[in-house]
Amino acid sequence: MVALPAPAVQPRLRWSAEGIVPLVIFAAFAALPLAAAFGAKAYILALFSRIMIFAIAAIALDLLIGYGGLISFGHAAFVGLGAYAVGILSAHGISDGLIALPVALVASALFGLATGAVCLRTRGVYFIMITLAFSQMVFFTASSLAPYGGDDGLTVQSRNTIAGFALMRDEQSFYYVVLGFLVASYLLCRALIGSRFGRVFRGARENAARVASMGYDVFRYQLVAYVIAGSFGGVSGFLLANATEFVSPAYMSWQRSGELVIMVLMGGLGTLYGAILGAAAFVLAEEWLSGLTEHWKMIFGPLLILIVLFARGGLVGAAGRLSRAKP
Amino acid sequence: MSLSLLLVQILNGLQLGVILFLIAAGLTLVFGVMDFVNLAHGVQYMLGAYLAVMFYGLTDNFALALILALASALVLGLLLEFAVFRHLYDRDHLDQVIATLGVILFVNQGVKFLWGAAPLSLPIPEILSGSVVLMPGLLYPVWRLVIILAGLAVAALLFVLVTYTRVGMLVRAGATNAPMVSALGVNIRRLFMVVFGFGTMLAGFAGVMVAPILSVEPGMGDSILILAFVVIVIGGIGSIRGAFLGALLIGLVDTLGRSFSVDLLRLFLDPSSARTVGPALASMLIYLLMAVVLFMRPAGLFPAKGR
Repeated sequence: MVALPAPAVQPRLRWSAEGIVPLVIFAAFAALPLAAAFGAKAYILALFSRIMIFAIAAIALDLLIGYGGLISFGHAAFVGLGAYAVGILSAHGISDGLIALPVALVASALFGLATGAVCLRTRGVYFIMITLAFSQMVFFTASSLAPYGGDDGLTVQSRNTIAGFALMRDEQSFYYVVLGFLVASYLLCRALIGSRFGRVFRGARENAARVASMGYDVFRYQLVAYVIAGSFGGVSGFLLANATEFVSPAYMSWQRSGELVIMVLMGGLGTLYGAILGAAAFVLAEEWLSGLTEHWKMIFGPLLILIVLFARGGLVGAAGRLSRAKP
Repeated sequence: MSLSLLLVQILNGLQLGVILFLIAAGLTLVFGVMDFVNLAHGVQYMLGAYLAVMFYGLTDNFALALILALASALVLGLLLEFAVFRHLYDRDHLDQVIATLGVILFVNQGVKFLWGAAPLSLPIPEILSGSVVLMPGLLYPVWRLVIILAGLAVAALLFVLVTYTRVGMLVRAGATNAPMVSALGVNIRRLFMVVFGFGTMLAGFAGVMVAPILSVEPGMGDSILILAFVVIVIGGIGSIRGAFLGALLIGLVDTLGRSFSVDLLRLFLDPSSARTVGPALASMLIYLLMAVVLFMRPAGLFPAKGR
């Protein structure tokens, strides 16, 4: 019997793009308040808080789309549920994050469990349309919630305290709270993908039948991933409601779901940190273009088509091509 | 809840159903034949309505405005197909979704740019305005009956086309197994052009028909598109019969649910909570219906054979 050569030990990815880029991104986010001191600080902090909040939802969506091949077009529903948890609790005088965050998590996880159990019975186009339809269901339900503002949404009295401390009231400390959540979300998702669970989940994208024949219940793995991704959406919604101190059905409109998918695609699928870059690119592009003209969507729409047609792999893919093109 | 009120709401439900069918029919065939997710299909509905308003303003003649609107909706649709959609057929669904979302953003904003954000309206043609007495004490607007009849006529026409003509046979074959049809020497791209153009006209027609009773505004196509998705999912992708029955079902359930949910809930709840829960429940109803159907039949009620 011939001894098989020992598989070449893969060097740890610590010094590859996989390891360095997220570090650079997080360092840049952490240093931003120092740099922003020279500009319109409150505006810049609010803008980048928004970027990081969307990035949390986008990372989770990348988990589904990029690693699981599950194109969810209703991710904004989870964000909306998280936001409404804050809004509704605050309307009843409960404004501590230690209550609001778990409620947001449980609400979005339960919604993910209930709808995921139906959505994941289907594939491909059906999955896209059904996730979209369920998010519309939440949207219309929120619009008809007359006691909580209905179409108009409701104002959150004040930002959540955390265990009684007003940690999130100041713009800068709120910024760092959001950054903490972003780093934690990224690390959790990264760990999930590297785990045995993640390998089964990724394998199901490549060949569900083969993974199933190895004895794994693909449906169950995908459902758990769907619930986890939804919970991250709930966290993002919790932070969004605190950032804007306002909750409205528009948070879960299908356009918002579309925007999250755009962020993931713009950044580059299946990288996690690409989703952060995509969120930044999207929010900054929106901010810049809408400053140019009120009809900015007439520029952004065609831009989107061009990105899909010509810039495959998003920002991360483009950067990869550039670095490879160098001699 | 009187009998005449019930009858009126059933007719309203049918009317919503046939409009949904006109949109879902084109959508389901495009999915079926080319496996192409076109989120921008609702845009054609909106364009139909806007073009009808514009041509009515120019010609002051509804019939002429209808014909001109359909023709130009077709031209715009084929233009979009040529400029954008054609390059997406070989891509995965994600790319298709995002690119057609880009088309929606552009056209919605373009409409706002050209005609303004304020809702427009189209008058009902003189002869068809007014109401008819259906039962003693029950008046119903003629125009809504016209919509129902026109929708049913289109459905019948489509049924004949798909069942008895050569093109219809190819469309059915394409929905069942497109690569095989292509391998047998049929130019599937050209077949698709025909299907796409036809679907575009149907959606435009739906837009023209509802323009007199709904407000014509940017984004009007988006919400109805999602309803059309629900219809297709329930009916089964690629199936005209499924689209027709699914559309009527959704139209009726949605309309009746909205009109009677509060009254029905009052049987179990006190009036004030019935007024709160009723509308929320009514707006969830069709999605719950969809969930139940999918739970029982993941491929829809009437899937195209062989998929």
